[in-house]
Amino acid sequence: MDQLTALGGAQAPAASHSPWLLEVEDLHVHFVTTRGVVRAVEGISYKVKPGETVALVGESGCGKSVSSLAIMRLLAKPAGRVVAGRILFQGRNLLELSEDEMREIRGRDIAMIFQEPMTSLNPVLTIGFQIMEPLLIHLGMTEEQARARAMDLLKMVGMPDPERRLDQYPHQFSGGMRQRVMIAIALSCNPRLIIADEPTTALDVTIQAQILKLMKDLSRDLGIALVMITHNLGIVARYADRVNVMYAARLAEQGAAAAVFAKPLHPYTAGLLRSVPRLDQPRGARLETIEGLPPNLLDPQPGCRFAPRCPAQRDACVAAPPPLAEVEPHRYSACVRAKEMARVGPTGLGLQSANPQPPVPKRLDKARPLMKVDDLKTYFEVGAGFQVFKNTRSEVRAVDGISFEVFRGETVGLVGESGCGKTTVGRTLLRLEEATGGEMVFEGANVTRAGGQQLKDYRRKIQVIFQDPYSSLNPRMTVGEIIAEPMRVYRLVPDAKAARDRVAELLTQVGLFEYMAERYPHELSGGQRQRVGIARALAMEPSFIVCDEPVSALDVSIQAQIINLLEALQEKYRLTFLFIAHDLAVVRHISNRVIVMYLGRVMEIADRDTLYAEPLHPYTRALLDAVPIPDPALEAKREYRVLGGEVPSPLNPPRGCVFHTRCPLAGDECKMAIPGLREVRPRHFAACIKI
Amino acid sequence: MNNSSTIAIPYRVPKRRHPVLLFVTQQPLGAAGLIVIVLMGVCAAFAQWVAPYDPLTVDYAAQLARPSAEHWLGTDSFGRDVASRIIYGARTALAIGFIASFAGCTAGAVVGVVSAYFGGKTDLIIQGFMDVLLSFPIIVLAITVVAVLGNYVVLGIDVNLIIAIAIPMLPRVERVVRASALAIREMPYIDAARAAGYSHARIIFRHIVPNVVAPYLILLTAFVAQAILAEASLSFLGLGVTEPTPSWGLMLSGAAADFYQQAPWMIVFPGIAISLGVFAFNLFGDSLRDWLDPKIKL
Repeated sequence: MDQLTALGGAQAPAASHSPWLLEVEDLHVHFVTTRGVVRAVEGISYKVKPGETVALVGESGCGKSVSSLAIMRLLAKPAGRVVAGRILFQGRNLLELSEDEMREIRGRDIAMIFQEPMTSLNPVLTIGFQIMEPLLIHLGMTEEQARARAMDLLKMVGMPDPERRLDQYPHQFSGGMRQRVMIAIALSCNPRLIIADEPTTALDVTIQAQILKLMKDLSRDLGIALVMITHNLGIVARYADRVNVMYAARLAEQGAAAAVFAKPLHPYTAGLLRSVPRLDQPRGARLETIEGLPPNLLDPQPGCRFAPRCPAQRDACVAAPPPLAEVEPHRYSACVRAKEMARVGPTGLGLQSANPQPPVPKRLDKARPLMKVDDLKTYFEVGAGFQVFKNTRSEVRAVDGISFEVFRGETVGLVGESGCGKTTVGRTLLRLEEATGGEMVFEGANVTRAGGQQLKDYRRKIQVIFQDPYSSLNPRMTVGEIIAEPMRVYRLVPDAKAARDRVAELLTQVGLFEYMAERYPHELSGGQRQRVGIARALAMEPSFIVCDEPVSALDVSIQAQIINLLEALQEKYRLTFLFIAHDLAVVRHISNRVIVMYLGRVMEIADRDTLYAEPLHPYTRALLDAVPIPDPALEAKREYRVLGGEVPSPLNPPRGCVFHTRCPLAGDECKMAIPGLREVRPRHFAACIKI
Repeated sequence: MNNSSTIAIPYRVPKRRHPVLLFVTQQPLGAAGLIVIVLMGVCAAFAQWVAPYDPLTVDYAAQLARPSAEHWLGTDSFGRDVASRIIYGARTALAIGFIASFAGCTAGAVVGVVSAYFGGKTDLIIQGFMDVLLSFPIIVLAITVVAVLGNYVVLGIDVNLIIAIAIPMLPRVERVVRASALAIREMPYIDAARAAGYSHARIIFRHIVPNVVAPYLILLTAFVAQAILAEASLSFLGLGVTEPTPSWGLMLSGAAADFYQQAPWMIVFPGIAISLGVFAFNLFGDSLRDWLDPKIKL
């Protein structure tokens, strides 16, 4: 193809008789492992028109990434192989091309954007070189042409100062900027199709909104089709034209995004939609969940894969797998009761309760706080080690003077973007980090610098649940040993038998089975491991638990199960939670009060409903705006502003109000002094001079 | 739309096999090394029955006899059977090799874990000390230690010789184990243990040590080879095992060097024994590393 016409922006569709750009037909992918054959993709079919955005949605392990790697022919060899099916791209079957022909297509006609912007760029090559590389290889440009084009591309993806940025290395870019670079590389050869595999999962919510808007705009302006792989239903609702819902290697449902969200025709879709806590709906007493776990693809049951978890299951479901059939015009569902569901809706099939229970208000003892934090500061020295010249040290003010109270029995949510210091607050409360200043008073006793027996007593009462269920359990200990250890150390049980009984009791409490005490953590699923983490925290009989992103590593359906479990345990044992999370919808669901942090400082504190209904601080408003809601109809009506810019480096925070660099309201007076937290309305505190 | 559910599997699926069998098929060189090690072990353990002669019996009638049906590998200048001395020498080599390697690696691992866990000044001081130890070649450091300590034989084994061989290993093992432990220290389950208020000893021994066992085991096998070599070298230099105890290194030195033209078998066969032993342990250690590291596994 003539290179210069290829560069002319939106290009005419290639000579092809089909209106479809990409057609995936009955794709089957197997992975051969020593433990057996994993049928990772079984009979996936979907089509993509030029210029449209198609989403593949599903939980981890459902085969959404594998099916797109198969399109690029990048399956891990020799384990992964396509055993059946066709992948037609512009009428050519990609599976029949030679490796050389395929290499021509990769990067030029089909580009890919990966999840992890931190690792998908080569750290020893400049950004400029990495953008120019495909131009030099695929389009045969000269150095000067490629450099000029690279500059244009960086401008196109909204990179400030592109000339200087071209000669920088990846470590000099933030996560969001790196993802922009990845997009620039993907766009470099004017591809017709971009496959984006969870492109914003590793990014903060305000940056996520920036990147997705950019991708959507570019795809519309340049006529590039976008295949978006994601687990986030909100993103699908905001950005996708059509959606394919996958479950356990198969397609569950297919259709236009608006139609699928408005009227799901597969019980799994319905389940997914209601298990996500939403910002736009009043919270019910409990999240409705999909019970159970996805099947093991090494040895799946016959029939419908979702049947064991489906409340609307019939005998026919187990007999044979239901085919993906057209239920309504352009609506496909792989469910034997799809027609019935189309008529009576999910409620009619008993998939969700008709009128959700309102939550029971908690009675709190407001007289005396369980934990009182006053002007807490935690600074880290960077460039630690042996230093002769003290003045070369600098410090990161991870937590810079925050104060709050937590009352017995309540859940306080702590939200903010990465690097805002929310995790450090938790770690300081746990005494995993030493506070630089301020004090923490727990049950009337100052524990900021407590040591010896006092510290031991404190640690018994305050526990932690971590984010990553894969690394928070010691892989060399059995589940029983992990849970029993604190009881044995603190002599909470008289002997080994009592410990075993208590372990069994705790396992039942967190929804696991007694026999799992003999298992090792790697034999459990992510959700099950998180339950073990909760059981370990409960073993100490604490009164206060710091939950550090306890559900953010879990799939949507499992996430809802864990949230419900935490709430049930809180009620039963009168526990107090500090719930640290970046997901505003989850925090809204579980918290009584919410603290919003930015760059080590508190921006706003208010009761849950007040904060979400009438946010005062411009940062809180921007955060809430950035969260996509899983409802395309609402999203279309919603006017959201994308918060520009990035979180400044905590090494060198802005003077005055730390938010003034990104704030839409900011004026010169904001740069003068750090605004204190003041009670703007009763029980509603905000740190902003403009309100 | 087609949604056929099951596709026949058009290829053979590897069966799950016994781990030992899997090791042999995936690491044939390592398996060969293992066989040699086992043979050495058998010779060392059952030397009385395997060896055709007593290794200490002097037979002036058969001085410097060439290899023959009677003396397979010939005799030395005292008429002692070379084959028997090599077989008994395996006992010395393996005993000192294993004990020294075990002592050196264990000490190194403990220091490494402690250094990584406490970090800060403790780490800095320990690392400085290790740097000093690392700046000497293994054999030079061992010679220095032997020269300072002299000989101290308990149950037929020279304790000071073992110390001399173990000390140069310490910093090398320490470095590797410390690196692993540093990674483990950052794991959330260590934070969980700290948040639970466990003692340092419990966190180190219950939570960190079991997670650095894999690199420790690999180093242990690799350093057995180093220890055998070190023992042979020290004995050759007259600082290790003393006459008349059979030792491979010792067999190369002394009279052997004077007679190498008339009786090359006195040197060649113990030399082969040393090389073969070291080679076998190195092969096995390498394979074990690949085997235990899931990232390298095919």
